[in-house]
Amino acid sequence: MILSLALEQLLNGLQLGVMLFLMAAGLTLIFGVMGLINLAHGSLYMVGAFACAVVAAATGSFWIGLAASLVCAAAAGAIVEFLVIRRLYDRDHLDQVLATFALILIFSEGARWVFGSFPLYLDIPPLLSGAVPLPGIEAYPLYRLAIIGVGALVAFGLYLLISKTRLGMRIRAGESDREMIAALGVDIRTLYTVVFALGSALAGLAGALVGALQSVQVGMGEPVLILAFVVIVIGGIGSIKGALVGALIVGLTDTLGRFLLPSLLGLILPASTAGAVGASLAAMLIYIVMALVLAFRPRGLFPANA
Amino acid sequence: MTGMSMTRENIINLVLALLLLVAPVAASQMGQPFTVTLATRIAVLALAATGLNIALGLGGLVSFGHAVFFGIGGYAAGILASHVFSGEPMMFGFEGSNQMPVIWIFAVIACGLAGLVIGAISLRTSGVYFIMITLAFAQMIYYFAISWPAYGGEDGLSILVRNQFPGINTMLPLSFFLLCYGVLIACIGLFALLRSSRFGAALQAARQNEVRVASVGISPYGIRLAAFVISAMMTGLAGALYADLNKFVSPSMLSWHMSGELIVLIILGGTGRLFGPVAGAMLYVIFEFALGGITERWQLFLGLILLGVVLFARGGLIGLLAGKARHG
Repeated sequence: MILSLALEQLLNGLQLGVMLFLMAAGLTLIFGVMGLINLAHGSLYMVGAFACAVVAAATGSFWIGLAASLVCAAAAGAIVEFLVIRRLYDRDHLDQVLATFALILIFSEGARWVFGSFPLYLDIPPLLSGAVPLPGIEAYPLYRLAIIGVGALVAFGLYLLISKTRLGMRIRAGESDREMIAALGVDIRTLYTVVFALGSALAGLAGALVGALQSVQVGMGEPVLILAFVVIVIGGIGSIKGALVGALIVGLTDTLGRFLLPSLLGLILPASTAGAVGASLAAMLIYIVMALVLAFRPRGLFPANA
Repeated sequence: MTGMSMTRENIINLVLALLLLVAPVAASQMGQPFTVTLATRIAVLALAATGLNIALGLGGLVSFGHAVFFGIGGYAAGILASHVFSGEPMMFGFEGSNQMPVIWIFAVIACGLAGLVIGAISLRTSGVYFIMITLAFAQMIYYFAISWPAYGGEDGLSILVRNQFPGINTMLPLSFFLLCYGVLIACIGLFALLRSSRFGAALQAARQNEVRVASVGISPYGIRLAAFVISAMMTGLAGALYADLNKFVSPSMLSWHMSGELIVLIILGGTGRLFGPVAGAMLYVIFEFALGGITERWQLFLGLILLGVVLFARGGLIGLLAGKARHG
């Protein structure tokens, strides 16, 4: 019984990790190639979730909604890159932080204006609803398993894209020497827009997938954004491999910490105190892990361009 | 740099300082306590941002987590006062306090210690890592405050009666404003002293060229850590006043939006300027009040204005009025 619960939590942690990877991959790609810190990445996650919820409600199909989330987030990303972000590449990080903070305000209030403050709901598609038995677990929600699968596919797809294709070659070249690849005749502005749209589409996908588990509402992107920051700081900013490892560390640490800490502390503290202390500690756990990683590896586990 | 020659910036500073003092006094005479409250809000936010400006403006340390210190200061006021009301002693039989000087000392010490720990770890990194790690530490404390039930958790903590200051009736809006204004001016004076001191020169030099500072035998790390701690203390003091202004403290004081707003105040006014935070806080609170009266969606317009300032008017308000900064 306990074992099955633990296995279930392990899978939940994996699922959270996979979601975080979708967010973190875009963030770290954008930082790696353009040197830009993008706080508005969480807004693109929100755009994806809203697009999916609205289109799914209109057409009755989750899958069309999912496709819409990719398209809308990528389009929103490309437009934002064209209008605002490209003016920020040669600015310092403070300007980037402020401008993208301003974008968050605009996106959040804009969404509240259009959709109101009430959350929208997005149903899990019938094909993926229900639960399946797994070894050691009586029944695990199929949808969550599917998310883990999607995350694994995207990770593999990104690996192929970056290591095997012409676009990937340009991205890698952009990461190691921006000026040189521009001098070699690569259209760097288009490359930047494409990378930004790609990162945005991944964030939108994550938003749509999570939207069916939780509600779709304004501000949903911010907690995820900050977790994604923790992920890329642990993994090493600019490294996709670091983002994957960091995402799994954060997802598993957070989920298992919330599950295990209260009962572990119950062994040494009275039950009522243990619950409260355990919950507070669990909420802080990933940040403690991050601080420990940075104390020993100030540039993360897989420093890019070291 | 801080000589008393009447440069345009000095004149603007003087005007801002007088404006912030005269407006609420006049409003109070005309029986408009709400304007006094707005002015108090400006003074307290300006104080918090002046604290941040030590790290950000002088040291070039973009802390995206200064809400931590603002919130800790606020909770110092809330927690100490709550023990006086409930009559339950705190640790070591200490009974809490509703005296602002005691609260301020607690707030400043607590923020100094928090700043020391957070700064010691965060300053090992730089650039984007520093921004993100300070943000992450702030989130850590934020989630702790939400999940720790003893002092209200997510709901926050009310201060039933505003804390007291010897010889001043803090219940009167104007008296409380004058108290906050006095603290603000004292701290701006401290900022000016720091900026023109040897310490300030080393701090600004470390911002401009770390290697050169290190090569003359000064450790940038130590200088920056000291600046970060002082900065945390000043922002914490503002937090204690803010809690007393609202008679309420909640985790939202610790949220990353708060950290962002503190940076925004500095940028709106002008980075590294002595009165930048004052100008920024004035603009911000007036926007909030004026736009908030017209539309609920005032933050949308704030976002657009902020975007415009960052992209096109990098010197902020004081930069527009006084021209280019002489230091940089």
